[in-house]
Amino acid sequence: MIKKTGLGGLPGLQTLLLIFLLLLVIILSTGMGYIKISPTHVLKVIFFKITGIPKLLQGIDGVFPYVIMDVRLPRILTSAIVGAGLSIAGVVFQGILLNPLADPYTLGISAGAAFGASIALLLDITLLGIYSVPLFAFIGAVATLFAVISLSSFEGQTSSNNLILSGIIVAAILSAGISFIKYVADEQVSIIIFWLMGSFGSKTWADVFLTFLFVSTGILICLFFARDLNIISLGDRSANSLGIETNRVRMTLLVTASMITAVCVSVSGIIGFVGLIIPHLMRFIVGPDNRRLIPASALVGAILLLSADTITRAVLPTEVPIGVLTALIGGPFFCYIFKKKRIVKTYG
Amino acid sequence: MDKKRAFEVKNLFFYYGKTQILNDLSLNIDSGKFYGIVGPNGCGKTTLLDLLIKNKRPASGAIRYLGHNIKRYQRRTLAKEIALVPQDFYINFPFTVKEIVMMGRHPHISRFASPSVEDISIRDEIMERMEIDEFKEKYVTELSGGEKQRVVIARALVQDTPVLILDEGTSNMDIQHTLRTLEMAAESVKLKKRTVVAALHNLNLAAAFCDHIVFMKDGTIVSEGEIDNTLNEQNIKDVFEVDSKVYFDRYSNSKQVVYKR
Repeated sequence: MIKKTGLGGLPGLQTLLLIFLLLLVIILSTGMGYIKISPTHVLKVIFFKITGIPKLLQGIDGVFPYVIMDVRLPRILTSAIVGAGLSIAGVVFQGILLNPLADPYTLGISAGAAFGASIALLLDITLLGIYSVPLFAFIGAVATLFAVISLSSFEGQTSSNNLILSGIIVAAILSAGISFIKYVADEQVSIIIFWLMGSFGSKTWADVFLTFLFVSTGILICLFFARDLNIISLGDRSANSLGIETNRVRMTLLVTASMITAVCVSVSGIIGFVGLIIPHLMRFIVGPDNRRLIPASALVGAILLLSADTITRAVLPTEVPIGVLTALIGGPFFCYIFKKKRIVKTYG
Repeated sequence: MDKKRAFEVKNLFFYYGKTQILNDLSLNIDSGKFYGIVGPNGCGKTTLLDLLIKNKRPASGAIRYLGHNIKRYQRRTLAKEIALVPQDFYINFPFTVKEIVMMGRHPHISRFASPSVEDISIRDEIMERMEIDEFKEKYVTELSGGEKQRVVIARALVQDTPVLILDEGTSNMDIQHTLRTLEMAAESVKLKKRTVVAALHNLNLAAAFCDHIVFMKDGTIVSEGEIDNTLNEQNIKDVFEVDSKVYFDRYSNSKQVVYKR
């Protein structure tokens, strides 16, 4: 009897390779920017911070540790974690809603976050300092989620069609609300628009820890239910008859993926396309089995969003909002893959 | 308590909103027999099967499986007892045929374990018998309706349960595969003492394969019993409102129904 434990057939080599690639991209992008720092120096500064051996800093510009630790790494790590989070959320939403078109924002979570953030920006709420806007965005996202769930539940059952429909309705109402806020906002309107387009500028270690806590917990929960999620794609009736508590699993994953999304949106604004494209891209490569798809999507999502953020931060002459960049690069790229792989056939 | 009784259904009522679907339905299903449930569209066959697998909860009445109320069973336990072949099957994600069939082993494989050698050999044997092993690496999304249905039946068979429920499970298949599937089901009733409950549209197939026939109309049971005593012109007239002739056919070695046009 072959009884492998772990993630059930997860190709370890592929995961290790992706982890290595992610670390490489983190180190390289930390060196990129207005002040160029070589990868060796980046590594030395990081190891100095971890080990505290002062010898490591010999011959390194005194400003480097500050640039690396206080300016770049928090931003870089936040963008990687958000990339992983949005990709996972995309995988899970597509899985539980049985819909390849779903993404982390399908259920109106982005509209809820945007509405919350817009109110905070409009009323210039600074109660909690720089955390006021993210907190309002988070509250908006979570409140929207529960509104959508309660709207779509009927006698304790929630169908995926009802969820999508409720999400669209609630998002439409909230979008109108955001438009109204922009209309009355006057001077704040540009701040609101900029927030909505997403940015990783001026992230702190607090952002890193907060997103890491939510995203890593979320990934573990999703991995725990990965096989159940595979079976849910057969439809509720079949999944129930195969011993899955379909309603309970769906609700757990729904709340988990929504929490991941809410935290990601609240620290970075709305970054589109990552949560839609990465799951599809990875499904082409590793197949639809969520036990492989979830870790692969998390790692590739982290690598790609971090790379996109590095391009806008260090390569382009002026910083383009990350949400705009992901859509501009991701959209055409997705069209190319879509055509090439003839997914109409495989998704028929 | 009667050990030979698989299901005991008592005074079942079920509503969709205000529409009554099942009306005071009672039925005993003995184990080790092939039951065919027939009746016009919308008579509540699928709902009854849904209640048997605990996919829905009755408004009132009770279902006992092996003497215990079905409410008391955990889904996972029930999944080792009862397998379902659903009426329609729709999937959006490109799983391969063998991945889908392996999902039938889900209740037997613990959460983070990989399929055992036994799981794999059960899967391969069933795929061969359902003649789907030649396209086992194909994506289910690329298959025709009938091929897909064979995959779904294979998935239910690898679940390896004492009870198999077919909800019009053969409706999209060609006659060769329909006969083959029903033959496999009937054979496992004989050899493995499996209980099969099949909702069927074709009365002649019911007559050829089932031991027991259940006539349903308007959410309740009009008549039920062994094929020989129960499949007759009067019951067909009462349930389907068509004129027919029922006779014993030597070629098929079973009762057969012909209709007046």
